[in-house]
Amino acid sequence: MSWLRFLRRKRKDAELQAEIETYLSEEIAGNLARGMSEEEARRRARVKLGNSQQVRESLWVQNSPMPLTNLGRDLKYAFRTLRRTPGFSVIAVAVMTLCMGAAISLFTIVRSVLLRPLPFKDPGRLVVVYEHRRGNAPANSYTQVAPADFYDWRAKTHGFEDMAIIRYAGYNLTGERNELPESVRAAAGSWNLFQLLGVTPAFGRAFSEPEDRPGSTAVMLSWSVFQRRFAGDPAIVGHQIHLDGRPFTVIGVLPSWFAYPDAGIQLWRPYQADATPEFLQHHDFHQSQVIARLRPSVSLASALEEVGAVQYQLHLQYPHDPVAEDVTSGSLNEDLAGNVKKPLNLMMSAVGCMLLIGCLNVSNLLVARGAARQKEVAIRSALGARRATLIREQLAESVLICGAGCVGGISLSVLSTRLLAQAWKDLPTAQDIYIDGPVIAFASILMITAALVAGLLPALSTTGKAMMNALHASARTGAGSVSRTVLRKILLTAEIGITVVLLVSAGLLLKSFLRLRSEDVGCITQNMLTLQYNLPGKKYDTPEKQNAFNEALLERVRNMPGVRGAALGNTVPGAGYWGDFVFTVQEHPPRKAGEERPEGLMRWADPGYFNALGIPLVSGRFFTNDERGTRAYKVIVNRQLVRKYFGEEDPIGKHLNVPAYPHAGTPGIADYEIVGVVGDTLYQVGKDPKAALYFPMLAGTSSQTLAVHTASAPLSFSVPVQRQIASLDPELPVSRVRTMDEVIGASLVNASLSARLVLAFAILSLLLAAVGLYGVLSYLAAQRTTELGIRMALGAQRDQLLRLMLGDGMRPALLGLGLGLAVSVVATRLFQSMLFGTKPLDPVVLSCVVGTLFAVAILACLIPAWRASRLDPMQALRTD
Amino acid sequence: MPGKTQPQSEMLKGTLDMMILRTLVSGDAHGHTIAKVIEHTSENLLEVEQGSLYPALHRLEDRKWVSSYWGASENNRKAKFYRLTAEGRKQLARETSRWRQMTRAIGLVMGEEGGAQ
Repeated sequence: MSWLRFLRRKRKDAELQAEIETYLSEEIAGNLARGMSEEEARRRARVKLGNSQQVRESLWVQNSPMPLTNLGRDLKYAFRTLRRTPGFSVIAVAVMTLCMGAAISLFTIVRSVLLRPLPFKDPGRLVVVYEHRRGNAPANSYTQVAPADFYDWRAKTHGFEDMAIIRYAGYNLTGERNELPESVRAAAGSWNLFQLLGVTPAFGRAFSEPEDRPGSTAVMLSWSVFQRRFAGDPAIVGHQIHLDGRPFTVIGVLPSWFAYPDAGIQLWRPYQADATPEFLQHHDFHQSQVIARLRPSVSLASALEEVGAVQYQLHLQYPHDPVAEDVTSGSLNEDLAGNVKKPLNLMMSAVGCMLLIGCLNVSNLLVARGAARQKEVAIRSALGARRATLIREQLAESVLICGAGCVGGISLSVLSTRLLAQAWKDLPTAQDIYIDGPVIAFASILMITAALVAGLLPALSTTGKAMMNALHASARTGAGSVSRTVLRKILLTAEIGITVVLLVSAGLLLKSFLRLRSEDVGCITQNMLTLQYNLPGKKYDTPEKQNAFNEALLERVRNMPGVRGAALGNTVPGAGYWGDFVFTVQEHPPRKAGEERPEGLMRWADPGYFNALGIPLVSGRFFTNDERGTRAYKVIVNRQLVRKYFGEEDPIGKHLNVPAYPHAGTPGIADYEIVGVVGDTLYQVGKDPKAALYFPMLAGTSSQTLAVHTASAPLSFSVPVQRQIASLDPELPVSRVRTMDEVIGASLVNASLSARLVLAFAILSLLLAAVGLYGVLSYLAAQRTTELGIRMALGAQRDQLLRLMLGDGMRPALLGLGLGLAVSVVATRLFQSMLFGTKPLDPVVLSCVVGTLFAVAILACLIPAWRASRLDPMQALRTD
Repeated sequence: MPGKTQPQSEMLKGTLDMMILRTLVSGDAHGHTIAKVIEHTSENLLEVEQGSLYPALHRLEDRKWVSSYWGASENNRKAKFYRLTAEGRKQLARETSRWRQMTRAIGLVMGEEGGAQ
């Protein structure tokens, strides 16, 4: 009830005053009744009452909880003290604002991406289930799920309430009334997906079980496409839209908040709708994700065990298919976060270091201030102030600084979080990124911790027994503050040490990024324009029609002025993984049990593909125009495939059997004959080259990437090339028009972002450390003014003094440098896997860091040291 | 409570609350009456000071042992009346029995016949 009392104490006081009034008048009345004169009655009553002010005060105290009153007083006092030194206060608050802002921003992202459950019904019981190959090196590695495996899991296990499966797809969306064609990203989900997630459509309904079958024409719209293309008119439900030129029926619209698995998904189709029977029955199409809802009474471990047992049976049943032995699970968040998690953690650590440096810096400044208040504190403790009270009072200052920093940091992070989230391309978009309650709670905890870290040490150092010395220490001895100077040097050493760790980390990330940038992709990347299109299945339903369009386009583009070459394939180097095929070499003996199945990236290429992209021919030949349709049973492999699966053997003329891509060719020829070997290209920068299989594009493919090698700025060709496409088929949408540099750059964006951010943190920390160094040395010089004066009077040369002071400042710097390097050795191992072609102890990076730190330290020390050496000895001797 | 404000005829610690509660048994009263009643019934041996009376009353009110309302005093002045609550009655019973035990024990130690009743 003390809070109530506290809040009501003003009213209570008023009541008490009225009561005292009553008492007085009653007493006077009583006295008058006893026959006293008016004046006497009044006087007696007053005497009897005594000091009414004291009564009020004692009630006031009784109604005020002690700690709260003290806190209020301490904060008020600290505020006044801080206001007296605005320079210090502004710097300290600015430092904390920057550090807290960065920390809160990153935590906001971490929380949104990794910690906040997705907005589904009872998200705690939702998990993602993957296949897991036991042989794979890392224990937590996982493989996407093949639908055939999924259907067995769902039918044969009972640990999960339900399981749903999804995969990505893509369509060309065309209108009924000649609207612009548009290529949209879509996802396919089993009919029970939305029910399992607990998502109710905004309009219409979700898929029904009978709709989840091959050939189904049901489609659900995302809110964004519903608003954008259909003007948010609910009447679209039940009507038709055209995908790839075929009609589909809209059965429902998803709510606006639904952005799973990412915000780019525009349409949903039933899982089986576009699937071939092979896709659903074979166990080697690992392209899907399985989401499962755990039964309330079942533990995740036992539910997984059951699924794992089914999977192991499948593994034994299909020894020749790539069926994993086991399953594993993960949270929905982590599944979406994917490869963002590691950089996020790294950046969180970097920000933590920066915050620590910020705290140490404020701490350092507070220690220096403590010196100025030394006498005051000594007198007060001599008069009986308890040490705890004095410490609390000093802590109040750092609480105020950190509190202001926290408020500033939150406002700063409102701005910076958005910028950061936009710059970070891999960030999952299923969750909005915003500051919420737990983030504020985190900020408050951070603030209190920071206040303790920054305030406790100075408070402890300026109070206590030793402080009594301050009273009898004359200012002239200049020795009273040795311990405090030592403390400041220790703080500084720690600060510099952490800065070195940050600098080393930033240097490594930066070098690794530069290495990535300069990596040879294995083909021409300059002056290369790429774009994608997808020939709709209705209009281009035969390989002949597809080839006719593709060849006509190639012909036209190659004849455009300023075009050096054009290549057509399913993708270009550096653009990503794009799937793979397992195969067997017909001429090789059958695979032994347990031996790894040969696999290679799946690529399609037109006859001029390799020439236009500048991929060298190692042996054999390229495809010819004759290898088309049913005669396209040739294959070109890359050097990596030869190295891995043929060794010294000549691969030309050998035959590959590719079960997942049986060619519809001449009867009797079941396999693909290797006709050529080409140089290796990287499918993604930073990854080792993989074995690859190139099939003739003229076998008839619908999904294409066109690469155009131009003589001048490639982007200026984008409109003319698109015009060529439009002249061939005005309804065909074109997507992802990018230069090759952009294609490769896209995979580097995140490496560049982490390198740049950590570098920014490191530079800020370096700046803070330099300010700290400068501050300590200036303080030291001021302390030693008299001593320096005496030295000069005794004949010390100015450069001797300069050296003396420099040495004083450089010692903690060098010590910190050594410590920091030692810690870096351990710390950098933690993010080794994020580095590319850079050793954790890269000599170039290390020497750069040492050099930079050394230079900055000398610079920071030189100014106060130089100033100290320029002292006028007479002036120095006279001071204080 | 600072020691300086203790009354001349020093009261045993904690007994004021008990006496206030006891006074209120015979009816609601305001501060002045309570002080007067205590002084009279103790044959003016005890003197109740405002410095302890009002904080004590507010304390008892916080503990819900007495409730209060504003009314008119004998001299027709606005006064805050206090009333014993059920909870306060129980507390009074507890304190009275403890007090009895205490005085008896002290009486025994001090050698009075049979202790104080």
